Amino acid sequence: MSTVVEPVPYEALGRPIRGPEALTDDWARFWHLTFNIALTQWKLRFYGSVLGYFWQLLRPLLLFSVLWIFFTKFAHVGTGAPAKVGGPEHFYPAMLLGSIVLFTFFAEATTGAIRSVVDNEALVRKIQFPRMVIPLSTVLLALFNLSLNLIVVFVFAFADGVRPMLTWIELPFLILMLAVLATGLAMLLSSLFVYFRDVSPIWEVTSQILFYASPVIIPFDKVDAKISPLVAHLYMLSPLSTVLEQFRHAVIYHAAPRPSAFLGGNLGLLQPIAVVIAVFVLGFVVFNRTAPYVAENL
Amino acid sequence: MSRSPSSASAATGSPPSSAGSSALPAIAVRGLSKTFRVPHERTHTLKERALHPMKRTGHHVFHTLEDITFAVNQGEFFGVVGRNGSGKSTLLKCIAGIYRADGDIWRRGRVSTFIELGVGFNPDLAARDNVVLNGIMLGLSPREARMRYEAVLDFAELKEFENLKLKNYSSGMYVRLAFSVAIQVDADILLIDEVLAVGDAAFQQKCFDVFRRLQDEGKTIVFVTHQMPEMQRFCHRALLLEQGRMVHLGDPKDVADRYMEINFGRDPNALESDQARGGDGAARVTDVWVEDHEGRRQTAIPQGQRITLRALVQFSVGVEDPQAKVELHNEEHRPVLIAASWLQHDHSGHFHAGERAKFSFTFENVLAPGRYSPVVDLAHPGAGLDVIDRYQDGFSFVVTATEAQGGLVDLPTDVTIERVDSAIGQELTA
Repeated sequence: MSTVVEPVPYEALGRPIRGPEALTDDWARFWHLTFNIALTQWKLRFYGSVLGYFWQLLRPLLLFSVLWIFFTKFAHVGTGAPAKVGGPEHFYPAMLLGSIVLFTFFAEATTGAIRSVVDNEALVRKIQFPRMVIPLSTVLLALFNLSLNLIVVFVFAFADGVRPMLTWIELPFLILMLAVLATGLAMLLSSLFVYFRDVSPIWEVTSQILFYASPVIIPFDKVDAKISPLVAHLYMLSPLSTVLEQFRHAVIYHAAPRPSAFLGGNLGLLQPIAVVIAVFVLGFVVFNRTAPYVAENL
Repeated sequence: MSRSPSSASAATGSPPSSAGSSALPAIAVRGLSKTFRVPHERTHTLKERALHPMKRTGHHVFHTLEDITFAVNQGEFFGVVGRNGSGKSTLLKCIAGIYRADGDIWRRGRVSTFIELGVGFNPDLAARDNVVLNGIMLGLSPREARMRYEAVLDFAELKEFENLKLKNYSSGMYVRLAFSVAIQVDADILLIDEVLAVGDAAFQQKCFDVFRRLQDEGKTIVFVTHQMPEMQRFCHRALLLEQGRMVHLGDPKDVADRYMEINFGRDPNALESDQARGGDGAARVTDVWVEDHEGRRQTAIPQGQRITLRALVQFSVGVEDPQAKVELHNEEHRPVLIAASWLQHDHSGHFHAGERAKFSFTFENVLAPGRYSPVVDLAHPGAGLDVIDRYQDGFSFVVTATEAQGGLVDLPTDVTIERVDSAIGQELTA
């Protein structure tokens, strides 16, 4: 080197930059980014389709119609004796639609997140921004849809005879619990997908299994008599089971059993909440570790 | 530090704050290294991993950057040049915070990036959504981003394509929009990668105007380019990278010279003992270039101007009356123009060891459009066989014209058309 290098006062420069990270100090920007990415994705989804947003409403409604007709009119599944899963007194249609909408939110947030980091390659490789914005915006997008779908659920439930209850205030907490779970999985799946492309088909099958394994179609009190309390307890450890059952109890039909009954009292509810937190922490740790190198591994 | 007499680098003026050592640099990089681990065989699926667990060890470590240290002053226009794969863009991405590297990087101020010809647009969205989203990405609030939208679109001259999805844009339009976004976000530091590679002449001129304005506003700009004339025109200092290492840091003129040397296959470090060049080595032609009629160094010259071809000679021993001959070869390797100094200057004088001389050949540019490579022979006086040095394949320039007539040269030609005496015509038919 021929040039005289001026001494640089490195100490006076403060802390060096740390490169790409999952989070940021600038929370306003973090929120603006998350919101605007979710918003543009939302616009994109229905761009060019004739019915536009109605598809978003129609999808759970169509699924609901199929399941409702099948299970209430032809529900002779396996046993021969009609398994009476619903009835006007149980508000079965309202419960079914509500559960479908809640599960759709969960499935949409998680499956949508898988490809999100890879699909936003153009951004990731060209601009510095907190990487967490990407999976988070997918969850937010699913939340937009959920809030609109819930309006339909409430209209439907009212028509079905459900009347306002004080316990409706539990609904935001239930959604929050589901959203935190979905965010944890979104972080986990989206960072794993960068390295293993199999994550996508694996999760598709997994969420299908979860759909039938969770009390979406059949309320838990229709089967709980046939299984041991231990299995019931384990089943309710799944945050999906807890949220869906509690939703049914608090929002649709007060006589429906509470999940806490299977978990050994109200404190037992901490167990599924702990599962949610554990999934979230795991997802965060994995995402946080992979975030600095995601741009070069795409 | 003495600047070269060529007007190209003189245009930039003095670099700001280089004298005031109290001012902190806008960017400081210390001991920066970046390695990529490239798997020999990429295993993307779990099954492959499960079946071939041993394959994981097959990694190839690729050193893209090694031990880079430099600082960019506040308000400085800093060039980064190098061949493809030399690590320029990786360096920019490290500074931008897109890659995590080993070593330290300090930045002072908000950063805007224009990397790999874009700021990350979504091809399915129209201009507005993309501009607003990227404005926010680059640090604006949503309100600010929406307010700048018109300005961005005006600068990019894409008002009429506002509602077109970006996937239907031409690459030039795309780059224009991306560059407009990058410069409209009020950043203190701009990291710009190859903006001049795409885009027509009019847009390039606009970029130059913006560079000047940003310079006046005291912005710090790091500018990656292949184009040496532009680099010399704008940059106060430049850094030359080769295979991830710093080759030269300093005056743009020197950096450009070294870049040319590297680019044309000559190892700059082995230049002194260059065996491949003919002659007895009493002097070396160290640089050959062309200037337009205003004395600016160019690599492309329009037809019809007077141009000057200059050769810089460095003497390593004393030489009496050296002579130079230039042959201008076209793309078919045919000499189109040959000029020799001895026809006009019998005695060029005595040159001492260490002295430098410039041989200039000025002519009216009637060359047909195309690429020309000069071959410069330096010889002792006499029959012209006593060659001191031969310079070839080191430099070429392009002659541009609106239309190619097809000849080797396009001499100014007057064309007239007259009707001839009709009697001859009658005679012929009779």
